Amino acid sequence: MNREIVFRQKFEIQGGDFSRGGEVSCEVKNLLKELGLPAPSVRRAAIASYEAEMNVIMYAEHGVLDLSATPLKIRIVIEDSGPGIEDIELAMNEGYSTATPEMRELGFGAGMGLSNIKKNTDELEITSEIGKGTRLTMVVLTERHQP
Amino acid sequence: MNLAELIERFDLKVFSKGLELTRTIGGGYAGDLLSDVIAHGQKDQLWITIQVHPNIVAVAALKELAAVVLVNGREPAAETVARAEKERVPIFGTSLSAFEFSGRLYGQGIKGS
Repeated sequence: MNREIVFRQKFEIQGGDFSRGGEVSCEVKNLLKELGLPAPSVRRAAIASYEAEMNVIMYAEHGVLDLSATPLKIRIVIEDSGPGIEDIELAMNEGYSTATPEMRELGFGAGMGLSNIKKNTDELEITSEIGKGTRLTMVVLTERHQP
Repeated sequence: MNLAELIERFDLKVFSKGLELTRTIGGGYAGDLLSDVIAHGQKDQLWITIQVHPNIVAVAALKELAAVVLVNGREPAAETVARAEKERVPIFGTSLSAFEFSGRLYGQGIKGS
């Protein structure tokens, strides 16, 4: 099978723009679907993308989502300029959240974003620098079908 | 039960216009925390919630949920309806509470899993 990148596209994410939250991930999902990748992998990638996109919207000033896909894997890198994550291990804990009361009222801040990303990716790398920003590299393998 | 039958049986208000309603409902999930629905909702389920802002559309679309039912007589924001129609996510409403509506659904054979 062809291991070369068959698709690559970058998307801008504007921090604080809740009204457009999820738009980029919906586009990511539609693009991956159009590429003919297996539906369960597309769903997982889209969910991971959504949680990461919302994190940029909630906490960062600006972010870029870089989507690339081959027949074997979907790779999404989201890099933002924002406050960074102080304690990544703590933030990975389900239930831990730094969301504001306003965000919680909208149904965000369940403290499940990063754990949802972890569950829906086969590889996840998070690097963060306080006061600078965060970079997430997420890989979903397409041959591994999950419910 | 498909979406059209659901609307009829529960006298639901249909907020999204012009969407296909032939999809069969594969269970339900109730919740108001978006990431919780992302973690536990399943494809083809009905999502029962009090959240009315546009982000519910992205969650429903990404999870491929059958439809969203707003409870307690809540009405979606205009932007929510516009996005729902664009992403083809049906949005309905009922004056019942989440508990009451879920209970009645269960009685009609629509279960959680």
